[in-house]
Amino acid sequence: METRERIPVVSMQHITKHFPGVLANDDVSLELYAGEVLALLGENGAGKSTLMNMLVGLYRPDSGSISIRGEVQHIRSPQDSMALGIGMVHQEFMLVGNMSVLENIILGLKDLPVVPDVATIRKKITELSDTYGLQVDPDAIIHNLSVGEQQRVEILKLVYRGAEILILDEPTAVLTPGESRDLNRIIKKMLSQGKSAIFITHKMDEVIEFSHKVQVLRRGKSVNVIDTASVTPRDLANMMVGRDVLFTLDRCAFNPGEPRLRLSHVSVENPLGSRPYLNDISLSIRRGEILGIAGVAGNGQTQLTEVITGLLKASEGSIEIDGKNVTKCTPLQIIQTGVSHIPADRGAMGVVGDMSVGDNLAMKKYRTHELSTGPVVKRSRLRLFADKLIQSFIIKTPNQDTAVKFLSGGNIQKTILAREIDSCGGILIAVYPSRGLDVGATEAVRQNLIAQRDAGSAVLLVSEELDELQMVADTIAVLFEGRIMGIRKVSETNTEELGMMMAGVGGDA
Amino acid sequence: MRLVLEKRERRLKRMSLLIPLFSFILSLLIGAIVLAASKADPIQAYVAMAKGAFGNARRFQYTLVEALPLLICGLSVGIAFRLRFWNIGAEGQFVWGAIGVTWVIQFWTFLPDPLLLPAGILVGMIAGALWAGIPGVLKAYWAVDETLTTLMLNYVAIGVAEYLYIKAWKAPKGILGTPEFPEFTQLSQVWGKVHSGVFIALALVVVLWFLLYKTTWGFELNMIGKNPVAARYQGVSIEKSIVIALLISGAIAGLAGSLNTVAITHRLTRGVNAGYGFTGIIIAWMSNLNPFASIIVAIVMASLTTGADALQIAMKLPESMGAVLQGLVLIPLLAGSVFHDYHLKLIREEE
Ligand SMILES: Nc1ncnc2c1ncn2[C@@H]1O[C@H](COP(=O)(O)OP(=O)(O)OP(=O)(O)O)[C@@H](O)[C@H]1O
Ligand SMILES: [Mg+2]
Repeated sequence: METRERIPVVSMQHITKHFPGVLANDDVSLELYAGEVLALLGENGAGKSTLMNMLVGLYRPDSGSISIRGEVQHIRSPQDSMALGIGMVHQEFMLVGNMSVLENIILGLKDLPVVPDVATIRKKITELSDTYGLQVDPDAIIHNLSVGEQQRVEILKLVYRGAEILILDEPTAVLTPGESRDLNRIIKKMLSQGKSAIFITHKMDEVIEFSHKVQVLRRGKSVNVIDTASVTPRDLANMMVGRDVLFTLDRCAFNPGEPRLRLSHVSVENPLGSRPYLNDISLSIRRGEILGIAGVAGNGQTQLTEVITGLLKASEGSIEIDGKNVTKCTPLQIIQTGVSHIPADRGAMGVVGDMSVGDNLAMKKYRTHELSTGPVVKRSRLRLFADKLIQSFIIKTPNQDTAVKFLSGGNIQKTILAREIDSCGGILIAVYPSRGLDVGATEAVRQNLIAQRDAGSAVLLVSEELDELQMVADTIAVLFEGRIMGIRKVSETNTEELGMMMAGVGGDA
Repeated sequence: MRLVLEKRERRLKRMSLLIPLFSFILSLLIGAIVLAASKADPIQAYVAMAKGAFGNARRFQYTLVEALPLLICGLSVGIAFRLRFWNIGAEGQFVWGAIGVTWVIQFWTFLPDPLLLPAGILVGMIAGALWAGIPGVLKAYWAVDETLTTLMLNYVAIGVAEYLYIKAWKAPKGILGTPEFPEFTQLSQVWGKVHSGVFIALALVVVLWFLLYKTTWGFELNMIGKNPVAARYQGVSIEKSIVIALLISGAIAGLAGSLNTVAITHRLTRGVNAGYGFTGIIIAWMSNLNPFASIIVAIVMASLTTGADALQIAMKLPESMGAVLQGLVLIPLLAGSVFHDYHLKLIREEE
């Protein structure tokens, strides 16, 4: 520590920001010093993304001031912030899906000539990706890339533009543990070159590992700024939520009933690749059982859930629900047998962003007589229903007429959870359900899954976090390259064995 | 100082009214410049246009008659647009409506007289529906781009109609076109030139509003239009909805075509492709796909046509001036929609 007064690279003073019906930031001040990482923590909807969006010019504060390197700045657009060397990786990626990596990187550059010199740009991109270990093919089309690769493009975009101040909004929420480790390595590299960063995350171990300081927001207000060295994960969770968070869960003894869902020798061809998406999958889930699916993303998890929910057709094998063959059923028919589905990508698959929270909550039940009479949707009933779910799942929204896209990331996830758990008829397929949720909400989700199980549902839980699976599931199946490496009772296996199978070693296959 | 477009943080309700209003005023100003350049007094010209469209009962009736097919075509296009299905084939579906009604009235003489008119309109609607169903099925099941198919099918429909009224169904003597329909198959007039189709159109507005905003199917259309992937995950069959929506869209355009035939032309003849289907696209767009708003937009668009006719007569301006003025209205209106999401801001550079 230097003794003389240092000037912060970023200083936000007394920032207040209203949205219709919400006070998103209430007199928040924040300071970031050169070469430092500031972790920004807070519950879902606490106002973290909003605060950062003001720093990059997407929103403007109602009051308060922003200084960069000691000078007051009026940041009105992302271009302005870029000119000041500030770059942000957003919670929901902002890439253009049908354009190439290279095009995405140069898109929106201010001084781009009419005919860009593609060869030079490509060379610069390759150099930068070598420097930082950000391997991506500049000519690949975005929607062919995995989430982890898209993340790398977002970061490349920042370094290409020469950002010195990085804002990372839950960068690891959508990544596999392996990808997260890569990302963390990249970030450390950038810090070693004198860049500074503000890092938003819900993962306490990342906070401890990376940051120099932690700032906690609660309901729009800044409640604490402390040195990371002086806190434990438990303290942090407590500061965020304002109460103690349980890290263990209560559950009834494992006492499974008859099988509800059974897959026999199911395979799904991959028209593009060499190995099939799914290869001879056999498994069953019983009443009162949570079957966890472990595995590194991209080993067939998505296809497994889609083939069960009827979105993808099996090329071989059969699927039975309650003893009835449903292999050829439509997604609607499957839903009607009582299957609920929390999909992996909430923005793209889980909600219709431009429709209201109320409508999104009704998207499973609008066709049942709970919410409609014949072909007519009963608005009054729908409103009551939506308000009930908003309350019982503690979704933070001004009211049910707000478009879902205006909710914080975690509250969008809660909207999906509320809809799917409420409409669940005994079979629940949950893919990364706690992704992007704060510690309190994660705890609530896990409790909900267990409550479903205790009530006799069959639950399929796809997760990349072994601790989550070991805490919540009764049985764990490990997927590797579209095959099941083995199925184990949680009580009869351990992290080492599961880890080996996830890498394709051992197991029964 | 510099002027920048700043993104609005949210869409404002009152803007949906103010923006079209300002755009309209702006287009009148631009039009005034064009008029002045062709040595006509702009104020006089606009007065002549307003008089021509709304000046007296008879002029207003003309405007309403012109507005009817525009309104119905706008409703037709609007349904497909809700699904982001860019149906620019209402023109062809309109033509098939006219062909269908003509076929029944000319050849289904085995029917009792009073049934001929309703049967004709029904067949016209079915013909339009099938014509729209083709691109619907192609898109839903084989992902064939609909802008191309719907556009091309317009020219096929127009070709078929030409063949029919020039050759196959041409009246033995007299002017081009089929023989005139018997009186009892012509649509009755309720107020001067305004025919009873006006009731059908208004009923249609109410029915569509109900269908789109109150039913489970309307809910599904909304989901599909705004996020098809999520809709599929909720069990909605996108293929089925596209085909049904297109059948309805085509049936409505066919209705416009058959109504216009039994109410105005009383025969299939040249001018059956008068462009109502194309203008319907603009109406759907400007009314933001809202059936009630379409009524007002259709009347405004029709008044431009009837007003321009009067302009030509009163001011001795070339015929094309009417079309120029119509086009001028559209540009600011369409360009103005950017201000729903952005606003202009004057920034003083500070030291
Ligand atoms: N554009 C907007 N319009 C209206 N309300 C908004 C908008 N953006 C954010 N909000 C509201 O502001 C509050 C803070 O949201 P923000 O996205 O900053 O939360 P967050 O701390 O990032 O949460 P999460 O951890 O879930 O991402 C929320 O209540 C949200 O609904
Ligand atoms: Mg956020």
